[in-house]
Amino acid sequence: MIWQLDLIILVLVIVCAIAAINVKDLLSAAILLGAYSFLLCLLWAIMGAVDVAFTEATVGAGVSTVFCVAAVFHTTRRTTD
Amino acid sequence: MDFLTVLISRANYWAYIILMMIGLYAMIAKNNLVKKIVGMSIFQTAVILFYVSIGAKQGATIPILLHGHAPETGGNLAHAATGHGTAAVQAVNYINPLPHVLMLTAIVVGVATLGVALALAIKVYKEYGTLEENEINQRLRRG
Repeated sequence: MIWQLDLIILVLVIVCAIAAINVKDLLSAAILLGAYSFLLCLLWAIMGAVDVAFTEATVGAGVSTVFCVAAVFHTTRRTTD
Repeated sequence: MDFLTVLISRANYWAYIILMMIGLYAMIAKNNLVKKIVGMSIFQTAVILFYVSIGAKQGATIPILLHGHAPETGGNLAHAATGHGTAAVQAVNYINPLPHVLMLTAIVVGVATLGVALALAIKVYKEYGTLEENEINQRLRRG
Protein backbone atom coordinates (compact mmCIF):
# COMPACT_ATOMS: atom_id res chain seq x y z
CA MET A 1 0.00 0.00 0.00
CA ILE A 2 1.48 3.36 -1.09
CA TRP A 3 0.35 5.83 1.57
CA GLN A 4 0.84 9.01 -0.53
CA LEU A 5 -1.46 7.68 -3.27
CA ASP A 6 -3.83 6.39 -0.59
CA LEU A 7 -4.13 9.86 1.00
CA ILE A 8 -4.72 11.62 -2.34
CA ILE A 9 -7.46 9.16 -3.34
CA LEU A 10 -9.08 9.40 0.10
CA VAL A 11 -9.28 13.20 -0.16
CA LEU A 12 -10.78 12.93 -3.66
CA VAL A 13 -13.31 10.34 -2.44
CA ILE A 14 -14.48 12.61 0.41
CA VAL A 15 -14.71 15.62 -1.95
CA CYS A 16 -16.79 13.56 -4.40
CA ALA A 17 -19.11 12.36 -1.61
CA ILE A 18 -19.71 15.90 -0.31
CA ALA A 19 -20.28 17.18 -3.86
CA ALA A 20 -22.72 14.34 -4.63
CA ILE A 21 -24.99 15.18 -1.71
CA ASN A 22 -24.73 18.99 -2.07
CA VAL A 23 -25.14 19.54 -5.82
CA LYS A 24 -28.45 21.15 -6.88
CA ASP A 25 -29.17 18.76 -9.77
CA LEU A 26 -30.04 15.08 -9.51
CA LEU A 27 -28.31 14.07 -12.76
CA SER A 28 -25.09 15.69 -11.51
CA ALA A 29 -25.53 13.82 -8.23
CA ALA A 30 -25.82 10.52 -10.15
CA ILE A 31 -22.69 11.23 -12.20
CA LEU A 32 -20.75 12.33 -9.10
CA LEU A 33 -21.78 9.07 -7.40
CA GLY A 34 -20.31 7.21 -10.40
CA ALA A 35 -17.05 9.16 -10.08
CA TYR A 36 -17.03 8.38 -6.34
CA SER A 37 -17.42 4.67 -7.09
CA PHE A 38 -14.57 4.69 -9.61
CA LEU A 39 -12.29 6.46 -7.09
CA LEU A 40 -13.21 3.79 -4.53
CA CYS A 41 -12.30 1.18 -7.15
CA LEU A 42 -8.81 2.76 -7.37
CA LEU A 43 -8.64 2.68 -3.56
CA TRP A 44 -9.41 -1.06 -3.42
CA ALA A 45 -6.73 -1.70 -6.06
CA ILE A 46 -4.19 0.28 -3.97
CA MET A 47 -5.10 -1.70 -0.86
CA GLY A 48 -4.56 -5.00 -2.73
CA ALA A 49 -8.21 -6.03 -2.94
CA VAL A 50 -8.23 -6.57 -6.70
CA ASP A 51 -11.36 -8.75 -6.72
CA VAL A 52 -13.28 -6.08 -4.83
CA ALA A 53 -11.91 -3.47 -7.26
CA PHE A 54 -13.23 -5.44 -10.26
CA THR A 55 -16.65 -5.86 -8.68
CA GLU A 56 -16.81 -2.18 -7.69
CA ALA A 57 -15.90 -1.07 -11.22
CA THR A 58 -18.51 -3.25 -12.94
CA VAL A 59 -21.36 -3.47 -10.44
CA GLY A 60 -20.81 -0.51 -8.11
CA ALA A 61 -19.78 2.13 -10.64
CA GLY A 62 -21.33 0.78 -13.85
CA VAL A 63 -24.71 -0.69 -12.94
CA SER A 64 -25.58 1.68 -10.08
CA THR A 65 -24.80 4.75 -12.21
CA VAL A 66 -27.05 3.40 -14.96
CA PHE A 67 -29.79 2.78 -12.35
CA CYS A 68 -29.47 6.33 -10.99
CA VAL A 69 -29.51 7.98 -14.44
CA ALA A 70 -32.52 5.85 -15.47
CA ALA A 71 -34.36 6.83 -12.28
CA VAL A 72 -33.60 10.52 -12.85
CA PHE A 73 -34.91 10.33 -16.42
CA HIS A 74 -38.08 8.60 -15.22
CA THR A 75 -38.69 11.25 -12.57
CA THR A 76 -37.23 14.76 -12.44
CA ARG A 77 -33.90 16.55 -12.15
CA ARG A 78 -35.29 19.20 -9.83
CA THR A 79 -34.15 19.29 -6.22
CA THR A 80 -34.18 21.93 -3.51
CA ASP A 81 -31.13 20.69 -1.62
CA MET B 1 4.76 8.39 17.80
CA ASP B 2 3.60 11.97 17.35
CA PHE B 3 0.13 13.09 16.37
CA LEU B 4 0.82 13.50 12.63
CA THR B 5 2.16 9.95 12.32
CA VAL B 6 -0.93 8.55 14.00
CA LEU B 7 -3.15 10.67 11.76
CA ILE B 8 -1.47 9.46 8.55
CA SER B 9 -1.10 5.81 9.56
CA ARG B 10 -4.83 5.63 10.41
CA ALA B 11 -5.99 7.70 7.40
CA ASN B 12 -8.27 4.95 6.08
CA TYR B 13 -10.18 4.79 9.35
CA TRP B 14 -10.57 8.58 9.54
CA ALA B 15 -11.87 8.62 5.97
CA TYR B 16 -14.26 5.79 6.81
CA ILE B 17 -15.66 7.78 9.77
CA ILE B 18 -16.04 10.94 7.65
CA LEU B 19 -17.76 9.07 4.79
CA MET B 20 -20.10 7.30 7.19
CA MET B 21 -21.09 10.62 8.77
CA ILE B 22 -21.65 12.16 5.30
CA GLY B 23 -23.96 9.27 4.39
CA LEU B 24 -25.83 9.44 7.71
CA TYR B 25 -26.28 13.22 7.35
CA ALA B 26 -27.63 12.82 3.81
CA MET B 27 -30.06 10.09 4.88
CA ILE B 28 -31.40 12.13 7.82
CA ALA B 29 -31.24 15.77 6.76
CA LYS B 30 -31.76 15.82 2.98
CA ASN B 31 -35.24 16.57 1.69
CA ASN B 32 -35.04 14.89 -1.73
CA LEU B 33 -35.61 11.13 -1.93
CA VAL B 34 -32.85 10.49 -4.50
CA LYS B 35 -30.42 12.42 -2.29
CA LYS B 36 -31.35 10.14 0.60
CA ILE B 37 -30.67 7.09 -1.60
CA VAL B 38 -27.28 8.54 -2.62
CA GLY B 39 -26.52 8.98 1.09
CA MET B 40 -27.42 5.34 1.72
CA SER B 41 -25.03 4.26 -1.04
CA ILE B 42 -22.23 6.35 0.49
CA PHE B 43 -22.95 4.82 3.91
CA GLN B 44 -22.67 1.29 2.49
CA THR B 45 -19.36 1.99 0.75
CA ALA B 46 -18.02 3.48 4.00
CA VAL B 47 -18.62 0.14 5.72
CA ILE B 48 -16.89 -1.64 2.82
CA LEU B 49 -13.92 0.76 3.17
CA PHE B 50 -13.67 -0.14 6.89
CA TYR B 51 -13.63 -3.88 6.22
CA VAL B 52 -11.08 -3.71 3.38
CA SER B 53 -8.87 -1.48 5.56
CA ILE B 54 -8.86 -4.20 8.24
CA GLY B 55 -7.43 -6.67 5.72
CA ALA B 56 -4.83 -4.28 4.27
CA LYS B 57 -1.20 -4.87 5.27
CA GLN B 58 1.99 -2.88 4.75
CA GLY B 59 4.58 -4.63 2.56
CA ALA B 60 2.40 -7.59 1.61
CA THR B 61 1.26 -8.74 -1.81
CA ILE B 62 -2.16 -9.64 -3.17
CA PRO B 63 -3.50 -13.04 -2.00
CA ILE B 64 -2.32 -15.17 -4.94
CA LEU B 65 0.29 -17.87 -4.28
CA LEU B 66 3.77 -16.85 -5.48
CA HIS B 67 5.35 -20.31 -5.75
CA GLY B 68 2.44 -22.20 -7.21
CA HIS B 69 1.11 -25.39 -5.71
CA ALA B 70 2.96 -28.22 -4.05
CA PRO B 71 4.51 -30.71 -6.52
CA GLU B 72 2.50 -33.84 -7.29
CA THR B 73 3.74 -36.69 -5.11
CA GLY B 74 1.88 -39.65 -6.52
CA GLY B 75 -1.56 -38.69 -5.24
CA ASN B 76 -0.42 -38.14 -1.65
CA LEU B 77 -2.87 -35.33 -1.09
CA ALA B 78 -2.74 -35.41 2.72
CA HIS B 79 1.00 -34.80 2.61
CA ALA B 80 0.72 -32.02 0.02
CA ALA B 81 -2.07 -30.25 1.90
CA THR B 82 0.06 -29.77 5.00
CA GLY B 83 2.44 -27.65 2.91
CA HIS B 84 5.77 -29.31 3.64
CA GLY B 85 8.85 -28.56 1.62
CA THR B 86 9.47 -25.54 -0.60
CA ALA B 87 5.82 -24.73 -1.26
CA ALA B 88 4.95 -23.73 2.32
CA VAL B 89 2.73 -20.64 2.38
CA GLN B 90 4.00 -17.74 4.47
CA ALA B 91 0.79 -16.02 5.56
CA VAL B 92 2.66 -12.85 6.61
CA ASN B 93 3.50 -12.11 2.94
CA TYR B 94 -0.13 -11.98 1.81
CA ILE B 95 -2.99 -9.57 2.45
CA ASN B 96 -5.84 -11.18 4.37
CA PRO B 97 -8.43 -12.13 1.69
CA LEU B 98 -11.31 -12.91 4.08
CA PRO B 99 -12.68 -9.30 4.37
CA HIS B 100 -12.40 -8.96 0.57
CA VAL B 101 -14.66 -11.95 -0.02
CA LEU B 102 -17.19 -10.70 2.53
CA MET B 103 -17.26 -7.24 0.91
CA LEU B 104 -17.70 -8.74 -2.57
CA THR B 105 -21.11 -9.88 -1.36
CA ALA B 106 -21.78 -6.52 0.31
CA ILE B 107 -21.21 -4.61 -2.97
CA VAL B 108 -23.71 -6.76 -4.86
CA VAL B 109 -26.26 -6.50 -2.05
CA GLY B 110 -25.72 -2.72 -2.02
CA VAL B 111 -26.56 -2.43 -5.73
CA ALA B 112 -29.69 -4.56 -5.20
CA THR B 113 -30.77 -2.24 -2.36
CA LEU B 114 -30.10 0.80 -4.56
CA GLY B 115 -32.22 -0.66 -7.37
CA VAL B 116 -35.18 -1.38 -5.06
CA ALA B 117 -34.93 2.08 -3.45
CA LEU B 118 -34.86 3.84 -6.84
CA ALA B 119 -37.81 1.77 -8.06
CA LEU B 120 -39.78 2.86 -4.97
CA ALA B 121 -38.76 6.49 -5.60
CA ILE B 122 -40.09 6.23 -9.16
CA LYS B 123 -43.40 4.84 -7.83
CA VAL B 124 -43.59 7.72 -5.32
CA TYR B 125 -42.97 10.23 -8.13
CA LYS B 126 -45.70 8.66 -10.30
CA GLU B 127 -48.11 8.82 -7.33
CA TYR B 128 -47.35 12.32 -6.00
CA GLY B 129 -45.58 14.12 -8.87
CA THR B 130 -42.64 15.18 -6.72
CA LEU B 131 -39.57 13.76 -4.98
CA GLU B 132 -39.40 16.35 -2.18
CA GLU B 133 -40.33 14.92 1.19
CA ASN B 134 -42.07 18.05 2.54
CA GLU B 135 -44.28 18.35 -0.58
CA ILE B 136 -45.25 14.66 -0.26
CA ASN B 137 -46.13 15.27 3.41
CA GLN B 138 -48.29 18.29 2.41
CA ARG B 139 -50.13 16.16 -0.16
CA LEU B 140 -50.70 13.43 2.42
CA ARG B 141 -52.05 15.93 5.00
CA ARG B 142 -54.38 17.59 2.48
CA GLY B 143 -55.92 14.47 0.99
